[in-house]
Amino acid sequence: MNSQIINEVITVQLAIKRFFVRSRSYGAWAILISLLSTTVLAQGWDMRPGVTEMSQHLRTLHHISLWVCIVVGAVVFGAMFYTIFAHRRSKNPIPATWHHSTKVEIVWTIIPTLILVGMAIPATKALIEIEDNSDADLTILVTGSQWKWHYQYLEAGIGFYSNMSTPLEQINNTEAKGEHYLLEVDNHLVIPTNQKVRFLTSSDDVIHSWWVPDFAVKQDALPGFINEAWTRVPEPGTYRGQCTELCGMNHAYMPIVVDVLPEDEFESWLEDQRIALESMGEAAIAARSRDWSMEELMPIGEDTYLSNCATCHQPDGSGQGITYPAMTGSAVVNGPIENHISTILNGVAGTEMQAWGPQLSDLEIAAVITYERNSLGNETGEVIQPLTIFNSR
Amino acid sequence: MIAHAETVPSGRNPLVKFILRWLLTTNHKEIGTLYLSLSFLLFFIGGAMALTFRAELAQPGLQLMGADFYNQMVTLHGLVMVFGAVMPAFVGLANWMIPLQIGASDMALPRLNNFSFWIMPFAFGLLLSSLFMPGGAPNFGWTFYAPLSTTYGPPSTDFMILGIHMMGISSILGAINIIVTIFNLRAPGMTLMKMPMFVWTWLITAFLLIMAMPVLAGVVTMMLTDRHFGTSFFEASGGGDPLIFQHVFWFFGHPEVYIMILPGFGIASEIIPVFARKRIFGYTSMVWATGSIAILSFVVWGHHMFATGMPLATELWFMYATMVIAIPTGVKVFNWVATMWGGSMTFETPMLFALGFVVMFTIGGLSGLMLAIAPVDFQYHDTFFVVAHIHYVLYPGAIFATMAAVYYWIPKWTGNMYDERLGKIHFWTAVIALNLTFFPMHFVGLAGMPRRIADYALPFTGLNTFATAGAFLLGLTQLLFLYIVIKTVRGGPKATDQVWEGAKGLEWTVPSPAPLHTFEVPPKVD
Amino acid sequence: MKDKYNPKIKQAAILGVVPIVMFGFAFGLVPLYEVFCELTGFGGGRFEQTVMVSDAPNVPIISEAIDREVNIQFLADVGRGLPWEFRPTETQIRVKVGEVSETTYYARNFSNHSVTGQAVPSVTPAYGAASLQKVECFCFTEQRLEAGEEIEMPVLFYVDADLPDDVGTLTLSYSMFPIQVDEMSHEMANMEHL
Repeated sequence: MNSQIINEVITVQLAIKRFFVRSRSYGAWAILISLLSTTVLAQGWDMRPGVTEMSQHLRTLHHISLWVCIVVGAVVFGAMFYTIFAHRRSKNPIPATWHHSTKVEIVWTIIPTLILVGMAIPATKALIEIEDNSDADLTILVTGSQWKWHYQYLEAGIGFYSNMSTPLEQINNTEAKGEHYLLEVDNHLVIPTNQKVRFLTSSDDVIHSWWVPDFAVKQDALPGFINEAWTRVPEPGTYRGQCTELCGMNHAYMPIVVDVLPEDEFESWLEDQRIALESMGEAAIAARSRDWSMEELMPIGEDTYLSNCATCHQPDGSGQGITYPAMTGSAVVNGPIENHISTILNGVAGTEMQAWGPQLSDLEIAAVITYERNSLGNETGEVIQPLTIFNSR
Repeated sequence: MIAHAETVPSGRNPLVKFILRWLLTTNHKEIGTLYLSLSFLLFFIGGAMALTFRAELAQPGLQLMGADFYNQMVTLHGLVMVFGAVMPAFVGLANWMIPLQIGASDMALPRLNNFSFWIMPFAFGLLLSSLFMPGGAPNFGWTFYAPLSTTYGPPSTDFMILGIHMMGISSILGAINIIVTIFNLRAPGMTLMKMPMFVWTWLITAFLLIMAMPVLAGVVTMMLTDRHFGTSFFEASGGGDPLIFQHVFWFFGHPEVYIMILPGFGIASEIIPVFARKRIFGYTSMVWATGSIAILSFVVWGHHMFATGMPLATELWFMYATMVIAIPTGVKVFNWVATMWGGSMTFETPMLFALGFVVMFTIGGLSGLMLAIAPVDFQYHDTFFVVAHIHYVLYPGAIFATMAAVYYWIPKWTGNMYDERLGKIHFWTAVIALNLTFFPMHFVGLAGMPRRIADYALPFTGLNTFATAGAFLLGLTQLLFLYIVIKTVRGGPKATDQVWEGAKGLEWTVPSPAPLHTFEVPPKVD
Repeated sequence: MKDKYNPKIKQAAILGVVPIVMFGFAFGLVPLYEVFCELTGFGGGRFEQTVMVSDAPNVPIISEAIDREVNIQFLADVGRGLPWEFRPTETQIRVKVGEVSETTYYARNFSNHSVTGQAVPSVTPAYGAASLQKVECFCFTEQRLEAGEEIEMPVLFYVDADLPDDVGTLTLSYSMFPIQVDEMSHEMANMEHL
């Protein structure tokens, strides 16, 4: 029994040894493993077809160039593997002596040139179409900032910010990840079907890039400049994308979600937005026309802090190094109130502290300042009223 | 392995003597060894950084580090690999082999040679010290786009800037030295068109370095003045333009890509004929192809910027120019295959690495052609597809070529043969691991995963876990390479002077190991 | 043997000429870039505007009366750290090509100290940017607003007849950046944020 096992082990060992001595089988293994692993995993990993005419057209172009590459690769590697097999020393002990042929070289310069010209023609046509931003039905200004998108509908005069809504707990693995982990936001961008929508992109701080793969729209957002891109989506649905230019710490956390609605639904959505804007105005008037107590403000402030400030300054206010200073014991938080207010309202030039004035309501800013001054290790006892904020802007 | 240098007076403490010898050496072989050792060290440092962030990417969510540290690792990995691993490795090979291949007794400017090496450890000391600074290391990617790296960069950015300045000085001095050596010290009878391909490709690379590195120095200087001296080159608020950064950077950056690949072309062109026992096919067209790739590399930089909002005409120009590069590159690949055709091939480790180089570099070249198609690039740009592309070009291109060169020439350097069996295991495990690591990246890229993100959406999980496993295997195989090199330096079967049966050329006429001083009387070439 | 051309002199001459050419090239880059940007439309026509500031012809040269109308959109953006409200008073107007039109931007300094801002324009599409000619613009100079001051700032412009045919909408965007925020209020925040 025992000797049988030992014998078997020895046989296996010998087989392994034989296998490793013969270099040819390494090659077979390498190719086998690479091919198997990648093709198995590659199921359904092609470029996404998307939903627009352009995205599908680009996918076709992608397939054309992919097939050109596969064919060229097959020819070159085929020739190479054939010669590796046929012209090894054991098969072909005496090497040939030729080393030059102008004819052959001309042929393999001209053939690739023709292939390239063939690829360039459809590519040029597609590019001309991509860059044709004229005659848009709707213009949306997309402004990136660390790390959120700001959408403004130029014709309708409405706008809102779009923040990632994936909770920190999911990122830190203390909670199960949702279906759209990292690809979900609080306010979706909404556009109508079948209209030519023109996106103007810009940025408040560093370079971002607005990409929705299903529309085949990717445009860099440059601070101080505007770029443009367009799309026309035939089908209603929800489409997701991400920022694609490294923009600092939370680059992975500024997704894009676009809802495409039929035209009539889009119109009513716009109307709803206008009404919501008005009621927000009324709420703001109501908020600043009375005094708020510390007990009322603190929970609002904590919520506002956690969803807007905590990614950089940390939930406990400890900050992250010198780039994101600690709230605890901070000179701004414990200094004059006007300074604290203007830091939050207007941001700080040349730093990652952005202007929160346009993003948050008077009440939220008042609450978050009250929270910062009376929590996170600070205790000034001051209560800031929404009216004070209103008067500061 | 190398005889005692006579520059150092005897009768001192052996440690002092050892340090002084390597610090003061002006011998091209010793400086070559220094360059190669530094590059080897930095290759492992850069590789460890890659494994650090690959480990984070194994699963969605943040497990091991914060997003900011992830960005620092990504940045330093790129900078260390490009400027620390690949470039010094090629300079080291040039130092060792160019004088031997052209029959010169040393480099033309030996003291300059010493100086350009010893700048490097300090440059990388500066760069790596940024890891320990408040605010952390540079965290904006190896392309350090403004304004992320200027207005928003951590204080340690200045250390990176000065480090890059020093590397640039080192590269330029090294390049000047190589050009002067090749033009002036060739053995009688060795005309330019008789030079080995490795020398040719390095000559062209040296010109690329002289033209590209000052541009890099310029752009980091502009960064420095923007950061500290009130200029606004890249700052819209002062009338500047962040895109100017990208234009200047890529005007350096694209030739830089060819700086990292042309010597690899040269190495493959050296090795394949030797093991095919047949002269290289189309030597003249190889030289011309290399030259035209170099020239074209200066007019294609915009293909890195298709998504930045360039005017249509400019986009078209950069697309066409980029596609044209495929032609001379194709010529090179076809010539290598034609060299093998009808040969009498054996497959020792250098040949395996050279063939691995040709195959996988071609894959990278083909995905490069796909990226050149500007309209589709809007879908590829800044996704993992690009990451897959550059790693297929650089890992087999620069790293495999360097490894092929080390296996090919190490018997000449040390006088010992390396362990052929271990060499083959190293090659095949490296090939498998490389493809496991980088091939899946094509697919995650196409599926829509942006590059340089610390955390990703759930559909990308499988392939990322896979790539991480491959990366760790790839890291392990390089430890085997380290072991093989050390083993060969310490001993092994003695190599003959010719080493390889099919080897021709001046470097194979000197004894193995090559004595410290060779060709004191120039050989005659007919 | 005395050669007509002493190689040393020749080399010295070459070495002398090279720096002169290099310097000349660097010196010539400024006008070269302007030509380049004008031809390609790079930089959103910004170089065009630089020229305008110095020698702007106040009377537009209208080549011929053209019956063509285009949309002009106006955008505004406030730079970080600037305590201003800043917006166009109208978001879109339709203008005749070749005719001088006027619009205004509204700015208000809501802080309790005076602040200076500089507006930086950008026009898209880039290849139409050169055709949007500004005759008078608040972006030509810095704007200083006292605490609480509000102002309407005019822009006088015309669209040149050489506007490419396929451009139906030109978008003009101004980013207003702080030039010199009065210390005190921001000094501390700056220190802390580095």
